[in-house]
Amino acid sequence: MDLIQLQRQLVDYRTSLYHEGFLDEQFTQLQSLQDENNPDFVVEVVSLFFEDSERLLNELSKALEQQIIDFKRMDAQVHQLKGSSSSIGAHRVQKLCIVFRNYCEAHNVEGCLKCLQQVKHEYGIIKTKLESMFQLEQQILNAGGSIPV
Amino acid sequence: MESCNCIEPQWPPDDLLMKYQYISDFFIALAYFSIPLELIYFVKKSAVFPYRWVLVQFGAFIVLCGATHLINLWTFTVHSRTVASVMTTAKVLTAAVSCITALMLVHIIPDLLSVKTRELFLKNKAAELDREMGLIRTQEETGRHVRMLTHEIRSTLDRHTILKTTLVELGRTLALEECALWMPTRTGLELQLSYTLRQQNPVGYTVPIHHPVINQVFSSNRAVKISPNCPVARLRPAGKYMPGEVVAVRVPLLHLSNFHINDWPELSTKRYALMVLMLPSDSARQWHVHELELVEVVADQVAVALSHAAILEESMRARDLLMEQNVALDLARREAETAIRARNDFLAVMNHEMRTPMHAIIALSSLLQETELTPEQRLMVETILKSSNLLATLINDVLDLSRLEDGSLQLDLGTFNLYAVFREVLNLIKPIASVKKLHVSLTLAPDLPEYAIGDEKRLMQTILNIVGNAVKFSKEGSISITAFVAKLDTLRDSKAPEFLPVLSDNIFYLRVQVKDSGSGINPLDIPKLFTKFAQNQSTGTRNSGGSGLGLAICKRFVNLMEGHIWIESEGLGKGCTAILIVKLGMAERVNESKLPYMPKMPTNHGQTAFPGLKVLVMDENGVSRMVTKGLLLHLGCDVTMVGSSDECLRLVSHEHKVVFMDICVPGIDSYGITIRIHEKFTKRHERPLLVALTGNTDKVKKENCMRAGMDGLILKPVSLDKMRSVLTDLLEHRVFFEAI
Repeated sequence: MDLIQLQRQLVDYRTSLYHEGFLDEQFTQLQSLQDENNPDFVVEVVSLFFEDSERLLNELSKALEQQIIDFKRMDAQVHQLKGSSSSIGAHRVQKLCIVFRNYCEAHNVEGCLKCLQQVKHEYGIIKTKLESMFQLEQQILNAGGSIPV
Repeated sequence: MESCNCIEPQWPPDDLLMKYQYISDFFIALAYFSIPLELIYFVKKSAVFPYRWVLVQFGAFIVLCGATHLINLWTFTVHSRTVASVMTTAKVLTAAVSCITALMLVHIIPDLLSVKTRELFLKNKAAELDREMGLIRTQEETGRHVRMLTHEIRSTLDRHTILKTTLVELGRTLALEECALWMPTRTGLELQLSYTLRQQNPVGYTVPIHHPVINQVFSSNRAVKISPNCPVARLRPAGKYMPGEVVAVRVPLLHLSNFHINDWPELSTKRYALMVLMLPSDSARQWHVHELELVEVVADQVAVALSHAAILEESMRARDLLMEQNVALDLARREAETAIRARNDFLAVMNHEMRTPMHAIIALSSLLQETELTPEQRLMVETILKSSNLLATLINDVLDLSRLEDGSLQLDLGTFNLYAVFREVLNLIKPIASVKKLHVSLTLAPDLPEYAIGDEKRLMQTILNIVGNAVKFSKEGSISITAFVAKLDTLRDSKAPEFLPVLSDNIFYLRVQVKDSGSGINPLDIPKLFTKFAQNQSTGTRNSGGSGLGLAICKRFVNLMEGHIWIESEGLGKGCTAILIVKLGMAERVNESKLPYMPKMPTNHGQTAFPGLKVLVMDENGVSRMVTKGLLLHLGCDVTMVGSSDECLRLVSHEHKVVFMDICVPGIDSYGITIRIHEKFTKRHERPLLVALTGNTDKVKKENCMRAGMDGLILKPVSLDKMRSVLTDLLEHRVFFEAI
């Protein structure tokens, strides 16, 4: 594909992510931190986010399967997830985490289960989208162009 | 002779009687005709006559009568029947009219009579009114005289003039022969003739005061007629004349007036002077009631005027006295100032002179300590050092105190961190306290402002002194320091009636209570505590050292800060509480930026604003830690990352300028870390600035951060620009609290 076209596609894709509420301006901040000293900053952070989130989601699932549910620990974990997602600007995930925390405080198992499913779902989406975006970027770089801001 | 219808009179006409009848009838007719004419004439002249129709009637009656008599003249001779019939008609008419008139008069005559009585009544009334008019006029005259007299009397404040004028005017108004004023003497037992009208310089007659007549006059406030033979009335040489009536009236002397200068014995009863008035002899004049009233009124006025004059004299005297005193005081003040200046000069010189050798001793002793010494020598040197330190402190204290006493010490006011003061005190006292195994706790009230305006150094000195005393005099137990903002009711019940706090908008009263569980103080000794050099001589305290000046100096400082300090203790062995209230100004929140994004430096994307600034980031969340690190790296900082509080404490060093801590993670005791970092770095300039990062916060959390000792607080998410401006602000002011 043409370089210009690729770049345009990337910009459109990114814009759509913002419009649909998957990302917020925090992600823009992250991108502004990337410079020649730190060329892969965004990718590193996002990868770390993926690792963290997957670990946390697994632990949350396990916790909800227990007989006696440790809400406090769950709350702490959801808090972590919320922090991570807000740091990279994963807007929808962050919002779901807030709801999840409320359910945890209310000790509402049903709610928590439901919420966990939603979070997993959203996380899946955002992960796919971000990976596609990175692939696009990589293509542009391979084609010799620069990533538009 | 033809027979005619004539009627012959009964009597011959030549009869004498007939002749006389004829003449009488003629005159009657004449009179009867002239009467109505007269009546008409006079009534026409008079303006008022209510009975005109009566007049007409009367006139008719008279005229007819006259006509009858006139016609009767013809009947004396032979007359015809016509004449007779005319006569008869006239008579009949006359009869009718006269009967009517007679009937009419029955009505009219009583009316006329009553008019007469009314006239008489009115005449009497007029006479009476005339009399009363005369009386009123006389009274008015009298009133005018009184007013004029009063005016004359009150127009001057000189008592001689007042009295003289009174007598003259009274004499003139009432046309008196003699008028005199008798004043009570110094002893109060006699009346002395002070002023008279006619005699220029009255010789000092005196009359004993307890004369029955005089008593009678003094006992009533009316003017009393007295006998001319009374001793007070015998003013004129006895002549051959019949002396006129004499009246005496009392003049109350209001007790401020003292005519015969100062030492006047206090009499329990009211004192009076006596005014005697004599009518001219041989004039048969009597004292009228209105004249007596005039005299009474004048007497009262005179009393008032005299007291006014006396008050004026008093006040002039008092003013003169005050002026003298002022002059004396001024002199004394100037002498005192000279003395103080001399003392200050002396102290300044002595201070310098004393300090120089002291420094030499201390310096050389310290140096000696560093060298090789035998144990006894070391002990000796240590004692020398300790003593000289004590002496140096004493010299300083004395100088401070003397400067405090004459008010030449002034507070260095400035904005300072109140929480920091308490923390410093705590830090300074902790080592000693822990050696003595005393537990020290500090409680700062939530509403205590962090910044205040006042003299930081002296406040710290005072608090340190009190806390130090608490530690010094406690062998075991605990010491608790509480600080809060004093409310008005707590201010008022402080043990000082003369402490009058004034609340206003920019100031607040800080109340610090230091409670210890030490040896306590005998309540009787408490007042002496704040006096200079007074040491508590009870056992156990004699070894504590100290010069006894500390509390005195504290008290002076506290007074300068318009506050109050006192100590409460329940007794020996029961510990004691020192309470201190000082006035501090409210400081604006320092360095709080209203907008989170306010870059002080022009935004240069990509240009590093803080090259090589060493920072430490503590965040348990890996992702956000990485993001923060990225931010700071982008700004050129040298970032160290830690994931736990222990790691943080281990790695933090004085090279780190800022420590960013994420405090929104539950389970991290960020306040604990703050305190421990504070403990690790005692010197303020070595300690890194502690900034809290948090995703959500409220005022309480923010204040907790402030109180724990953090230097800043930022809300996440932090953008690049925000971080840049935050760091700039932080490094410039060493504080940055984002506005919530």
